[in-house]
Amino acid sequence: MRVLTKGNIALAEGAIQAGCRYYFGYPITPQNDIPEYLAKHLPRVGGTFIPAESEIASINMILGASAAGARAMTSSSGPGISLMQEGFSYLAGSELPAVIVNIMRIGPGLGGIAPTQGDYNQAVHGGGHGDYHNIVLAPASCQEMFDLTIKAFELADKYRNPAMILADAMVGQFQEPCRLTPKEPVVIPEKPWALTGAMGRPAQLIKSLFLGPGEMEIHNLDLKKKYDTMEQNEVMYETRHLDDADIMIIAFGTPSRIAKTAIQFLRQEGVRAGLLRPITLFPFPSKAIHEYSQRIKKILVVEMNTGQMLRDVQLACHNGTRVYFYGRPGGGIPYPDDIMAQVKKLL
Amino acid sequence: MAHIVIDTNRCKGCYFCVKYCPKQIITISKQYNAIGYFPAELSPDKKDLCTGCKTCALMCPDTAIEVYK
Amino acid sequence: MQAVFTRPKTLKDTPTHFCPGCTHGIAHRIVAEVIDELGIREKTIGIPGVGCCVFLYKYLDIDVLEAPHGRAPACATGMKRVLPDRIIFAYQGDGDMAAIGTSEVIHAANRGENITVIYINNSVYGMTGGQMAPTTLLGQQTTTTPYGRNFRSEGYPIRMAEMLATLEGVAYSARVALHKPKYVMQAKKAVEKAFMMQINEMGFSVVEMLSTCNTNWRVSPTEAIDKLENEMIPYFPLGVFKERTGKDFL
Repeated sequence: MRVLTKGNIALAEGAIQAGCRYYFGYPITPQNDIPEYLAKHLPRVGGTFIPAESEIASINMILGASAAGARAMTSSSGPGISLMQEGFSYLAGSELPAVIVNIMRIGPGLGGIAPTQGDYNQAVHGGGHGDYHNIVLAPASCQEMFDLTIKAFELADKYRNPAMILADAMVGQFQEPCRLTPKEPVVIPEKPWALTGAMGRPAQLIKSLFLGPGEMEIHNLDLKKKYDTMEQNEVMYETRHLDDADIMIIAFGTPSRIAKTAIQFLRQEGVRAGLLRPITLFPFPSKAIHEYSQRIKKILVVEMNTGQMLRDVQLACHNGTRVYFYGRPGGGIPYPDDIMAQVKKLL
Repeated sequence: MAHIVIDTNRCKGCYFCVKYCPKQIITISKQYNAIGYFPAELSPDKKDLCTGCKTCALMCPDTAIEVYK
Repeated sequence: MQAVFTRPKTLKDTPTHFCPGCTHGIAHRIVAEVIDELGIREKTIGIPGVGCCVFLYKYLDIDVLEAPHGRAPACATGMKRVLPDRIIFAYQGDGDMAAIGTSEVIHAANRGENITVIYINNSVYGMTGGQMAPTTLLGQQTTTTPYGRNFRSEGYPIRMAEMLATLEGVAYSARVALHKPKYVMQAKKAVEKAFMMQINEMGFSVVEMLSTCNTNWRVSPTEAIDKLENEMIPYFPLGVFKERTGKDFL
């Protein structure tokens, strides 16, 4: 059965169905539906909702709950996510799983609340200090808001690493029919590393401080191995009409939906355009882009920013591929006509 | 007979036990210990005065003193 | 002949990194003794902040989570909500709690989180080399107040135990000192009371411990004892500022 559901609500319900019983958060538009839904529904399943005093407190409550072995989540947007960056770095350094939701708002500064993708670099290329990565998932539909949230918990636990849902406000705020049951049964793994008190076992420690000579280098290389494994095993992307395409559009989130419409119209006009939509932004589908770019020599990256994923596409491309960019920052939303016009310019 | 045992190689020579011993029977050694401090020691001629009051152990920041009674 | 004073079981047999005469070592031992005496070692989890307190995990034989600077009360909140039957305590210095972490401690206290905070106040940032802390006394010279703390530019030392005691969620707030035998015994009683508040689910408990930092005060360990007595205690009076007797939640 499918239910007409708002993206943010689908995400919140996904968290509950993923076994998340702890939510800590601070209000910020455009993600308030998430805490409001969880404040209402978590207590019904024996969960805990804390309206935290700040995003800094939220992420550190996550750190505590995660260290105790629980599935925990917070959500925020723009400035709130910036405040949490220290926590992400500690989670990654301490190897603790957590799910963080960023329903992006426009920046820099207080910015605005219209749909945007300005936080790609922050999410994918750090944000916090040190040599680490978040797992970053980019839903483009309400159904994916539900499914990828469950996936985020699964990946976070599997790799003991923070996982972020990075969505624009359009994906968070619009409604679509959704299947609100997991595709596969949710399995929460055992967490023998969790801190539960040293009952019948030696005391355990979770930390990110390594002061001994060489210790931190070993730790960083261990983390790197983990990120390499993610790149081997966890890359997700969607393709459309790439088999015969002369031009490949690469977009995630809302622009990928608009690009699909543009491609449909372009094909009616005989223009062979196709789409590659990264679903995981870290690990990034570099290999797939590299392979497609061996044959498709023109790429148009479409983003709702001034060109952030663009850099990753440029790095992934095969030599001799021409990468073009069309972006609408600051709350501007590309229309199918705009994308079609950009594609036609490249023919 | 009450007495104390000072873990000489754990002592950092802070003088707290010397200062607080009500019988004033602890002193500081003239020999370095393994970690480079002059550790506390019982004055050999006064050690029989120890009452096992535990004050020295209570004030020892390094938990280097055990008390027997 | 029997041992009447030995190392508590919870205190590992590891030499501390504390400077000679730093009363922080006494604070660690007191906490370990109380954990032993209450028989809660196997259900206690410690959450140190950042500073000299961070190496708690090296010294206490309990589960430990290392928290970001100032955030231990938030981490303890998250953990306690997952494990309500465990004893969770944060362990913070004055830079950690009274400067960068004021927001987290005040709101954890105000929510009445059933956790305990051990707060070491030595009026200076110890581990980073003796910079001014919010608790630095007026006139006190530090590496960042080389001419002495001046209220016109750096404000006044902050009294956390009194401030936290004003919050409804707080079950127990006390200030103790670690520089004299009688005070050390009182300090241990305060720690025990704080843990008992948590065991009895009374709400937030905090014990502020005045501690010496002779290295950064630039005096000998025994001179630091006098300094604590003569300079800190007049500004930071010892005492119990709040003690809940029943589950008098509003």
